Amino acid sequence: MSVGLEHYLVVGAVLFATGLYLTLAKRNFVGVLMGIELMFNAANLTFVSFSRFVESAAPLSGHVFVVFVITVAAAEAAIALALAVLVYRTHGTIDVDRINLLKW
Amino acid sequence: MLLERLRGGPLLAEWWDLRDIGNAVGGFLQRIEEWGAPDWVPYVVSGLIGILGILLWLLASQIVFIWIERRAIALMQNRLGPNRVGPMGLLQPIADSLKLFLKEAITTRDSDRLLFWVAPVAIFTPAMVVFAVVPFSEGMVLADLNVGVLFLIAVAALNTMAVFMAGWSSNNKYALLGAMRTVAMLISYELIQVLALLGVVLFAGSMRLSDVVGWQSGFNTWLIFLQPLPALAYLIAGAVEINRSPMDIAEAESEIVAGYHTEYSGIKFGFFYAAEYFAGFAISAVAVSLYLGGWTAWGLEQWVPGWLLFLAKLYLVFSIFIWTRGTLPRLRIDQLMAFAWKFLLPMSLLNVVVVGGEVLIWREMDLSAGVALPVIGAVNAAMAVALVVGWGRMLGHGRPERRAQRALLTTEVGANFYGKAAPGA
Amino acid sequence: MDDAGAIAAFWILASLTVGSALMVVVVRNLIHAVVLLILSFLGVAGLYVTLSADFVAVAQVLIYAGAISVLILFAIMLTPQAGRDNAETLLRLPMLLLAVVVGFTIGLVSLETDWSIADRGGFEETASAIGEALLSKYVLPFEMASVLLLVSMIGAIVLVRSEGFSEEE
Repeated sequence: MSVGLEHYLVVGAVLFATGLYLTLAKRNFVGVLMGIELMFNAANLTFVSFSRFVESAAPLSGHVFVVFVITVAAAEAAIALALAVLVYRTHGTIDVDRINLLKW
Repeated sequence: MLLERLRGGPLLAEWWDLRDIGNAVGGFLQRIEEWGAPDWVPYVVSGLIGILGILLWLLASQIVFIWIERRAIALMQNRLGPNRVGPMGLLQPIADSLKLFLKEAITTRDSDRLLFWVAPVAIFTPAMVVFAVVPFSEGMVLADLNVGVLFLIAVAALNTMAVFMAGWSSNNKYALLGAMRTVAMLISYELIQVLALLGVVLFAGSMRLSDVVGWQSGFNTWLIFLQPLPALAYLIAGAVEINRSPMDIAEAESEIVAGYHTEYSGIKFGFFYAAEYFAGFAISAVAVSLYLGGWTAWGLEQWVPGWLLFLAKLYLVFSIFIWTRGTLPRLRIDQLMAFAWKFLLPMSLLNVVVVGGEVLIWREMDLSAGVALPVIGAVNAAMAVALVVGWGRMLGHGRPERRAQRALLTTEVGANFYGKAAPGA
Repeated sequence: MDDAGAIAAFWILASLTVGSALMVVVVRNLIHAVVLLILSFLGVAGLYVTLSADFVAVAQVLIYAGAISVLILFAIMLTPQAGRDNAETLLRLPMLLLAVVVGFTIGLVSLETDWSIADRGGFEETASAIGEALLSKYVLPFEMASVLLLVSMIGAIVLVRSEGFSEEE
């Protein structure tokens, strides 16, 4: 028995599905954000495993991509959490069910 | 008689040579391989030897330094210090640790039991793991990672979570306040650490710690002479990270009891106490490796075992922390945060730019090290003095109106306890 | 990756990662969820190590486990009257179905596709190669990323700047 590309891809798929569910179904905004971070991680894991296993002229490109994704994820987390704090200040809640200004 | 026989034997002949523990272990591992063990056995055994050795060394150093610290600070403050248990109070640390072992580890009723248990372990681990990449002597390193410097910072970053877990799970306002203070401080000073270490990496051209030490011995200089300002910044950031006075606002007794470990007692408190010392040794070890030439000292390593030199330097650096604790008054949190963001951060950024330029000029113009290094050292020292004096004058005294009047984040967060409305919110 | 150590490492780390990610969904306490999320991040970092991606692994620990999780914690602490529970919205069941379908599809695709596997072994050392790539081939994205970070930093500060501060100035 050996560990190959498929093993890592399946781990990535499970992580992605978990993150997707968290993002779509959690009521607390912070929970939604955690789901997004998990999805980023799943994508990164896939990038790195492709970079390790798959035929390519420049195999390290996958790693460079991951570095960029991590950067963007950090920026996104900062902005999203600032928004969460802001929404909390104006609405007194960060429950995504009850933030319905855009409804009408 | 027994010793004679052992010394003639294959094992002790090499162990006896104190000059080089690394080689002795290497010889031992080779012997295991010759006995016909599978490949993974030497691998596991070397790891075990390294971990056990480091742990035992840390515990021994800690016990000695608890005594030294208490006595030294007592001397500085014109007190006597512990002097009852054993001659000159020498057995005091042992009595203390026995007490910690035997005392009941209380878990308060409303605490978050799981995190309350996990936090001491979580804070203990990063402090130990740092030593995996520190070269104690030539070849005496557990895992010579090629991203060693980054690894140090990453592991130190895990501390924040452990501290937060301890403070939050205690369900105690002082603990939470202490934890939030620590988290805010650690995050601010982590940046300083990264920028300070970046200068070292720029010079050495490698993030491997043994390469940095090798660079310093190769050019026969210590990086503290080339990088005086970042070395100081790193030590300050390190003192913040291990909650040493004058930066111990996270556990300031006169303000918030004992900070994030207010509710801990018994052996769980012992873990925090030990982790603080271990982290102190870790900071000193990194400072020694990166700025003070590690296990080399201008040829002295030919005569003295490298690890002895390393330990001597390490204890010297650690004594600086004890010294500052004995002499300097505690800072306020807003002062500490302002110091990081307004003082150390711009200076560290400037230092990175300057060092990058210097290294570029050195490489492009193909200068010899004998010319370039003294010039770089002089320029950087002058820059350090000018920046500290000038920037300090611009920010500090003379303009009291610019000083922060209150610590915004801590007042807001401090007013927050468990579902109840914040007073005045 | 055939030796026993690598296989054991993969299974342990994979179960750690996936298990704690699933626990993030199940667990009711938001702070516990964050701690489990960090555990999952650390598991992913371990998986990177098994893939011989040392730089990315350390960056993962530093940024995800060290910085982003603390940001999330701060967001929780700065919204004190919001619920500390980790409950789902009414869309729970359809979203569960959707997530399972998406995950199943990705898994199926990754299992069924015939990837052109290269038997090249792990990387020796990635940090310097990544650095060179970032500053030569990818220099434009690199600069854009730094601008993005600056913009997001300024944006976050402007967004949450409290009124009291501007009055004092």
